[in-house]
Amino acid sequence: MKTNDVILQTIASVAAFIILAFAAYLFFAGHHEPGGGFIGGLVIASALVLLYIAFDMETVEKGIPVDYKILTGIGIGLSLLTGVGAMVLGYPFLSHTYEYVDFPFFGEIELATSLLFEAGVSLAVVGAILTIILSISEDV
Amino acid sequence: MEILMSVLAGVLFMAGTYLVLAKSLIRIVLGTAVLGHGALLLLLTMGGLKTGAPPILGIESTAYTDPLPQALILTAIVINFGVLGFFLVLAYRSYQELGTDDMEQLRGTEDE
Amino acid sequence: MSWLHIFILFPLLAAVIIPILFKKIPRVHTGWFVLVVPLAVFIYLLTFLPMVAGGETAMYSLPWIPRFDIHYSLYVDGLGLVFGLIISGIGALVVLYSIYYLSKHREALHNFYVYLMMFLTAMLGVVFSDNMIVLYLFWELTSISSFLLIAYWYARRQSRYGAQKAMLITIFGGFAMLAAIIMLSIMGETFSLQALMAQSDQLVQHELFLPAMILILIGAFTKSVQFPFHIWLPDAMEAPTPISAYLHSATMVKAGIYLVARFTPFFGGAMEWFWIVTGVGLLTLLWGSLLAVKQRDLKALLAFSTISQLGFIMSLLGMGSAALYYGGGDEAHLHSMAILAAVFHLVNHATFKGSLFMVVGIVDHETGTRDLRKLGGLMSIMPISFTLALIGSLSMAGLPPFNGFLSKELFFTGALNAAELDIFRMETYGALIPIVAWTASIFTFVYSIVLVFKTFFGKYQPERLEKEAHEAPWGMLISPLILTVLVVVIFFVPNVLAHYVLEPMMASILPPLAGEFDIHIEAWHGFEPELFMTIGVVVLGAILYATLRKWIVLYNNMPRALSITNAYNSGLKGMESISRKVTDWHMTGFSRDYLRYILVIFVVITGASLFLLDGFSIDTANAANINGFEIILSLVLVGSTAMVVITRSRLTAVIGVGVLGYIVALFFVVLRAPDLALTQLAIETVTVALFLVCFYHLPRLREKEEGDGINVFNLIIAGAVGLLVTLISLSANGHRLFPAISDFYEDAYELAGAGNMVNAILADFRAIDTLLEIFVLCIAGLAAYALIKLRLARREQDENQ
Repeated sequence: MKTNDVILQTIASVAAFIILAFAAYLFFAGHHEPGGGFIGGLVIASALVLLYIAFDMETVEKGIPVDYKILTGIGIGLSLLTGVGAMVLGYPFLSHTYEYVDFPFFGEIELATSLLFEAGVSLAVVGAILTIILSISEDV
Repeated sequence: MEILMSVLAGVLFMAGTYLVLAKSLIRIVLGTAVLGHGALLLLLTMGGLKTGAPPILGIESTAYTDPLPQALILTAIVINFGVLGFFLVLAYRSYQELGTDDMEQLRGTEDE
Repeated sequence: MSWLHIFILFPLLAAVIIPILFKKIPRVHTGWFVLVVPLAVFIYLLTFLPMVAGGETAMYSLPWIPRFDIHYSLYVDGLGLVFGLIISGIGALVVLYSIYYLSKHREALHNFYVYLMMFLTAMLGVVFSDNMIVLYLFWELTSISSFLLIAYWYARRQSRYGAQKAMLITIFGGFAMLAAIIMLSIMGETFSLQALMAQSDQLVQHELFLPAMILILIGAFTKSVQFPFHIWLPDAMEAPTPISAYLHSATMVKAGIYLVARFTPFFGGAMEWFWIVTGVGLLTLLWGSLLAVKQRDLKALLAFSTISQLGFIMSLLGMGSAALYYGGGDEAHLHSMAILAAVFHLVNHATFKGSLFMVVGIVDHETGTRDLRKLGGLMSIMPISFTLALIGSLSMAGLPPFNGFLSKELFFTGALNAAELDIFRMETYGALIPIVAWTASIFTFVYSIVLVFKTFFGKYQPERLEKEAHEAPWGMLISPLILTVLVVVIFFVPNVLAHYVLEPMMASILPPLAGEFDIHIEAWHGFEPELFMTIGVVVLGAILYATLRKWIVLYNNMPRALSITNAYNSGLKGMESISRKVTDWHMTGFSRDYLRYILVIFVVITGASLFLLDGFSIDTANAANINGFEIILSLVLVGSTAMVVITRSRLTAVIGVGVLGYIVALFFVVLRAPDLALTQLAIETVTVALFLVCFYHLPRLREKEEGDGINVFNLIIAGAVGLLVTLISLSANGHRLFPAISDFYEDAYELAGAGNMVNAILADFRAIDTLLEIFVLCIAGLAAYALIKLRLARREQDENQ
């Protein structure tokens, strides 16, 4: 994809950061409010797709040097490991727990192991979607 | 509302089935997308509609909408996307490789 | 887990390292390593002999699938142990023989010995298993290893044909046996053979008694080549000779005999059992001996002789089952002589037929042919082989001083006793038994003489042989020599054998008489009818052999069209063509047609079951209200759907699907599913991007995308599917039989510390679903990647060229 649209590029780079920030919000909100790993991952993926559409591929790859296939693997591995971790501690596969921790400066924050699992899901979603889209795009 | 949604799911299924039976590969891919949407609506309707507040415990309410179909549908949406993406790539590739998107010509050989 | 469990599986485990040995140590013939296995098993099994000779039995159980009453349980008694000894003993001799028979340079020895070891385990499993399901498992394993061994020289068409034939017939029998096993387990509510035997008295009246009996017998008859299932054995002779000697003469074909013997305590005493086993056995005996005479191929002759001899043993088991009718007393002991003859001949047959096969293998190996018309005059060239063949043949013909004489005399005794029976309507047909037995013995004598005389006497014709004939190496002669020594030794000391081997076997077959046997086998017992019968056999047999040329032409008059092999061949061909026609009729190769089948069947089955079970119901009592916004959404949804279907433009269709997706997302908002709405919005964005990227790259497609206009048939199917889905959805709302399980998830905050129930389900309660889901996504991504990249790699290759 080679495009050379200054207006699109300018807007896209700003919009992408806003979208990424929104994605981060959705990801963390997921525990109590609408949101979560899937949605976070999807929104991140759409931001990246926007960047790929606005800029050409080489530029984005220079800025974000990530192999999305490996990212998918890392995501699945992370999710799997949270499950295996529970097994190591003697609980059934994929048991989760949570704890309220008092952080200085931030105040009391709930930490749940399911957040790690969700992070894995997000990474896998981003990886898989971009693998599909980029494989077609590269094939010109 | 349930009747309306049931009919809508039926319409989507009908359109999707018709498209899937078409000759053109592209129409088949579009058909799977439509079918997917139909399945989402079907699942949601079967769970009962508007039986309470959204399934978020932060909202003060005595009754919540059934969260289980929603969790199922969330899974289904993502799987739909995966399948659709794969189909699309498959259609794209088979068109490139075989030079046709006509299912009548994409036929297995006599003795496989 | 006892040592016996381990020893039975030992050959299979050893088979794992055979290919490695074959590859890594090519200097030494792999057979030398393999030889250890049957030898070890044989020696181990010998340690059971004193215990079993003392009249004891042992049971070793190991739970396997306890829920279904399937245990790897082993039962050691006389019958199983003697079979086990024959299997491992002859196995060792055959492995030794094969070392010299199969060249280590030319043959695929690793295949050969792996199959052979597989067979060894399977066969030991058959004879020691107490659980019938496990028995069946091992039984089928023997069929499979036999298939692989017959097809060992798979490049030959005849080998493949023979292997397929053996496989089809024995597996058919195996299925019959499985059905019988299931029936028996229904009757006795157990899979254990011993537990079943214990309740045989109560089960005689059961309505499944007769069907189970017939099915068990079909299993046994197919394996033990009884008429009319005998046709696979001659074709199985395409296997290497050690295999013919081992599987198709000494062991596997006796599995059916074993099965009949094993089930005699259960079924024996019934008239049907007596008549079927005796009748089929006698028919096989006669038929096999008649056909053996006309064979020109030495191995084919031995094959028919094996068929005949197995019929011999089978018929004796049938006659002896009369002893169970009486249950005890003098009558029972009188008829138990037939069982004695059966088990005695079983051992004898293993010795003389094993050695004969090996000698024929030697002749084949050293002259290059097994054709009787080309052979002759080998006596002076191969004197040791000749001696071995002579002894084996005379034993087979039933002459003294060889063990075959003793069992043949006992056979006549048994047949004469059976003829005297006044039960089972024997008064009418009883006299037939000794007549058939005697006639068959005459032909047995004739073919035994043919075997020796045509091969070793007559004129030596070196010009017709492929190789210069000479005596075999010693290594090849050892195994038949050992067996031949046994042939002679058993004649002189039959009562030692009787005490250690035959009595325990009889005790297993005739449990009511166990411990009361008082067996004295003697070569000379006065001028009894049996002696005159033997003399008659020799005299008439000699005359028939002398006039062989005159009457052998009679065989040519047998119509080929009526032969059983012919029926088998045309049946197979017919089934193939019918199934091809049926397949061609519905398997069109168009994926569209397959989709139609699937959809029509879905509509018919689901619709019919809904209709027949009165499943349709519409309950609008709890239905939610509809507002104007929702009606507008619905109209847009229908409109965009119609647009996707009707439009000819791809871009319009893609936009239509995009609109559809966003409308669905809005529905999720209305229907209180915020998570879904967010997800759907995000994914729809990505999907549209994906579609656009794809179409951006796709070259222009044909102008007319759907040339055939509206397809009415497809429309009907689509309409039916849509209608059915609507009805299912409505009915689902009308049938709320159980309270929703979702109440559980309303405690998400306490259980998972999460306020968002949907997210709690995805990430915590049903996390494994989510995990598998991202696996699916990952697979889809990688598959898409692979589809694209695979071609790129090839294109680069093309460019490089």
